Amino acid sequence: MATDAHHADPKGWRRWVLSTNHKDIGTLYLCFALIGGLVGGAMSIGLRMELQEPGMQIFGDPHVFNVFTTGHGLIMVFFMIMPSLFGGFGNWFVPLMNGAPDMAFPRLNNFSFWLLPPALGLLVISLFVEGPPGGLGAGIGWTAYAPLSTSGHPGPAVDFAILSLHLAGASSILSSINFITTIFNMRAPGMTMHKMPLFSWSILITAFLLLLSLPVLAGAITMLLTDRNFGTTFFEASGGGDPILFQHLFWFFGHPEVYIIIIPGFGIVSQVISTFSKKPVFGYLGMVYAMVAIGVVGFIVWAHHMYTVGLDVDTQAYFVAATMVIAVPTGVKIFSWIATMWGGSIRFPAAMLFAIGFLFLFTVGGVTGVVLANAGIDRAMHDTYYVVAHFHYTMSIGALFTLFAGWYYWFPKMSGRMYSERLAQIHFWLLFAGVNLTFFPQHFVGLAGMPRRFADYPDAYEGWNFVSSIGSYISVLGMLVFVIATVQAFRTGKKAGNNPWGEGATTLEWSLTSPPPVHCYTELPRIK
Amino acid sequence: MADAHAKHHDYHLVDPSPWPAIGGASGFVTAVGAIIYFHSGNPWILAIGLLAVVYTMIMWWRDVVNEAQHGGHHTPVVQLHLRYGMILFIASEVMFFVAWFWAFFDASLFSDEVIQAARVEHTGGHWPPQGIATFDPWHLPLVNTLILLTSGTTVTWAHHALVHNDREGLKWGLICTVILGALFTCVQAYEYAHAAFSFSGSIYGSTFFMATGFHGFHVLIGTIFLTVCLFRALAGHFKPEQHFGFEAAAWYWHFVDVVWLFLFACIYVWGAGTPAAH
Repeated sequence: MATDAHHADPKGWRRWVLSTNHKDIGTLYLCFALIGGLVGGAMSIGLRMELQEPGMQIFGDPHVFNVFTTGHGLIMVFFMIMPSLFGGFGNWFVPLMNGAPDMAFPRLNNFSFWLLPPALGLLVISLFVEGPPGGLGAGIGWTAYAPLSTSGHPGPAVDFAILSLHLAGASSILSSINFITTIFNMRAPGMTMHKMPLFSWSILITAFLLLLSLPVLAGAITMLLTDRNFGTTFFEASGGGDPILFQHLFWFFGHPEVYIIIIPGFGIVSQVISTFSKKPVFGYLGMVYAMVAIGVVGFIVWAHHMYTVGLDVDTQAYFVAATMVIAVPTGVKIFSWIATMWGGSIRFPAAMLFAIGFLFLFTVGGVTGVVLANAGIDRAMHDTYYVVAHFHYTMSIGALFTLFAGWYYWFPKMSGRMYSERLAQIHFWLLFAGVNLTFFPQHFVGLAGMPRRFADYPDAYEGWNFVSSIGSYISVLGMLVFVIATVQAFRTGKKAGNNPWGEGATTLEWSLTSPPPVHCYTELPRIK
Repeated sequence: MADAHAKHHDYHLVDPSPWPAIGGASGFVTAVGAIIYFHSGNPWILAIGLLAVVYTMIMWWRDVVNEAQHGGHHTPVVQLHLRYGMILFIASEVMFFVAWFWAFFDASLFSDEVIQAARVEHTGGHWPPQGIATFDPWHLPLVNTLILLTSGTTVTWAHHALVHNDREGLKWGLICTVILGALFTCVQAYEYAHAAFSFSGSIYGSTFFMATGFHGFHVLIGTIFLTVCLFRALAGHFKPEQHFGFEAAAWYWHFVDVVWLFLFACIYVWGAGTPAAH
């Protein structure tokens, strides 16, 4: 087409800053997530160093501990997991798997990315400006409950955190619009929705969750902003407001958000397990509609985060029942993954190890989730380390393991090079040992009543906290191996062929060169 | 060059563009400026940030219009993308208003909840809270409802005229719509200036002004969108078979209209109690 003659591909910094290419933007997201992961990970090590022994260790002021908790949570959610699983792999592989030449709105795609560095910048600034009187940073938790985030933190730190979330939220809403449009309208000829790879399905469902839940968070944090700065009383009881309203609005977003974090991982694990079992995934349609069901039900269970705020007993009974229902589609997924492996010709490269590691972690987190779903039991568990252990097993390290499964699975495709299998396996085993050592003992101290978000604890919780901290240091070693493995792969990794995984890898991206050409599918592939 | 990039599909591979990165940076300046304004009252950095945002939007959409008008990039499938994009954007906007309605119903339905002693003390156990003199919904708010509904009709008139290639009808339909939109904003501003309750200090004023205020802001955006369409129509843009820019503005306008009907029914009529005499 003559109109494309002027379509030059820029070089140098322009290639990245001005990009309208889904692969380059995906790479930007992945690099950004790496930075976010290093910052957020370093903060979590600070937390574990503080909690290693009773008494104050490294923080002079317990408020700083809360600032670290807040920063760790927000950064890992918004600036590590979401940019890598949804932004990074989503951008890279939804068009490639679906046989589309790019995203539907390539320029908007770049805007979604370029809203994130300013958002992270605002959050980092918030660490260094006044929060509560006489203290720096926002110690409000990622949940930012009022009145701690309103009258409890009069300084500008919380305003910076709020506007950081506004920008990150706008980024995600726009990229959701982009993904939904791309997936509905740009599948290759012959690829019906029911032939689409499960990873694309997972991104589609995640995009709907983001599109419908994030605007509610935007409303909630805008109310925080006006309560803080303009004297409105949305969350101020003496002015007729209601602090519990904030929790409702937050968790109406927050619960879908935890599925936003894990559902792309479901998609990755499905591709990886199918590839390395050399079998199509078991119960494809069941897998698709299990994700749809999780997404839909995820919108009507939010108050199970709020059992202790004084909800009506009937309301609690409803939220218990609805929450339990989620275990059904989740079980469908776990058993279908196992059934996919059953009778397969299984290999265990790093991607497969991480996928199976995820199955273990997610199952542990899933069963503790069923425990916590009970309002009666949650009376004792709420805000203890049992909850911390539960959600780290599912949406934190569970999601992280899917991230590394995707990383090792697609690294040859994205970079054109093979990584060192030996280093990758060491990375897996160190990380697997590290995270389990960190989080499994937190069930014990949680059951014994140790509350979250305190910098110090009674001597009774000594011991398991020490083990937990040692576990986090082992995870650091594992991440060090990850960095070495990545650097080594870029420096001396062997060239990767189109499809290094053999006949189990059946999706379209493996039909392209590694790395794929700048513009692929100039001739659309046809699916039989 | 042309050969290497020859494509055999109708998708639009957009040229590299500076606006996304500039837009992100403008968002950063706006956010920092807003916080400086909140805490020190200095509005200048906020003003610079907002100007940069507006500049980015103008330049970006100018590119989009040029691609549609002169580049021939908006093939039928690309138009379909734009339709999906706009519908999804409006869906997210609906969810944004859900938050404000949620706050309103939390306060109005549960104004007498016994476990919230402080709230009951403020509201007196009923809605609207004690001491709040509300607007008479059948006065200016009803006038505004009629203005907005009429503007929904005139924008449909403009659309039909466009489809039947009646350029005069298109022009006058749009002019009427823009005038009615501006009139709505003026009436709303007059009403705000005469409110017997304030923005701060009470949940009634908080929910009323934030919900209707964000709606008013959307009316303003919609009016600007329609004004852009008017100028584009005067410049000869839009064809009977391809005029997505116009349709997007019309969809947005109808969305704003529907939100108003909910605001009118819930906040003005149902939530008014016994209004003060005018």
